[in-house]
Amino acid sequence: MDVILFLVFALIAVVCAINVVVQTHPISSALSLVGVMGSLAVLYLLLGAEFIAAAQVIVYAGAIMVLFIFVIMLLNAGAETRKGRSYMVQLLGVPLLIAFLGLAAFFVQRMYGDEAVTFGLFQKGGPKEIGQALFTTYLLPFEVTSLLILVAIVGAIVLARKEFD
Amino acid sequence: MLSAVPISWFLTLSAVLFALGVAGFLFRRNIITVFMSIELMLNAVNLSFVTFSYHYKSVDGHLFTFFVMVVAAAEAAVGLAIILTVFKNRGTLNIDDVDSMKN
Repeated sequence: MDVILFLVFALIAVVCAINVVVQTHPISSALSLVGVMGSLAVLYLLLGAEFIAAAQVIVYAGAIMVLFIFVIMLLNAGAETRKGRSYMVQLLGVPLLIAFLGLAAFFVQRMYGDEAVTFGLFQKGGPKEIGQALFTTYLLPFEVTSLLILVAIVGAIVLARKEFD
Repeated sequence: MLSAVPISWFLTLSAVLFALGVAGFLFRRNIITVFMSIELMLNAVNLSFVTFSYHYKSVDGHLFTFFVMVVAAAEAAVGLAIILTVFKNRGTLNIDDVDSMKN
C-alpha cells in the first residue's frame, strides 16, 4: 500500500516537474508546479510530517502559487519565444544530468539501502512537537523570521510602488 | 513485492526534482519560469530534509523545512516585486534582454 502510494505520487511529481521545465507558457508551468507541491504534501504525510504537509498545501500551493499566478496574469505574460538556442546544452547537458542522477541514486542506495519508511512509525511530526521545538530550541530563528517577513513586506511594497520616468 | 518504501527512494526522488529545477533554471528564458524553477529546487530540498528527519527520528528537519518555507514566501514576494519593476521599466520578461550589467 505504502509502495503503491509512493510510486503514484512520485510519478505525478516527476511528470509535473518535467512539465514545469518543458511548457512554454508560464501559466502551464505554474499549474504543473502546484501538482508537484500537492504530491509532495502526500509524500510528507507518508513520512509522518503532518504539520509540514498541511503547511506545504497552505503556504506553498496556496499562498505562493497564487502570488505567482497573480503576477503572470498582471503582466499578461505570453508564451516564451526562443532565439539563438544552443544545441550544445541539450547534447551535453541531458546525458550529464542522467549520469549525475544515476550516480546519486547509486550512492544513496549504498548508504541507506537497508532502511525503509513505515507509515505511522514516526509520531513526532504533529503541530504539538513542532510548536514545542519552535518556541524552545528555535526561538531566536523564529523571531528573526518574523523580522525577515516584515522586511520582505516593506521591500515588496517599496519596489512595486516605485515610479520611474 | 516490497512492503515498505526504502528511504533511498525518497532521496532519489528529491535528487530528480532538484536536477529538474536546475535544468529549468538553466534552459528557460522567461524570468517567471526561472523563478518557479527555484521554487522547485527548494521543494526538492524540503523533501530530503523531511526524509532525513525520519531517518534520525528527530523533529529538527521539520523545523528546517518550516524555515525554508518562510524564506521562500519572503523571497517570492520580493522577487515578484522585482519582476514587476523590471517589466515596468523594460517591457520584457526575457532574461536575455535584461543584460545592462553585461558591458
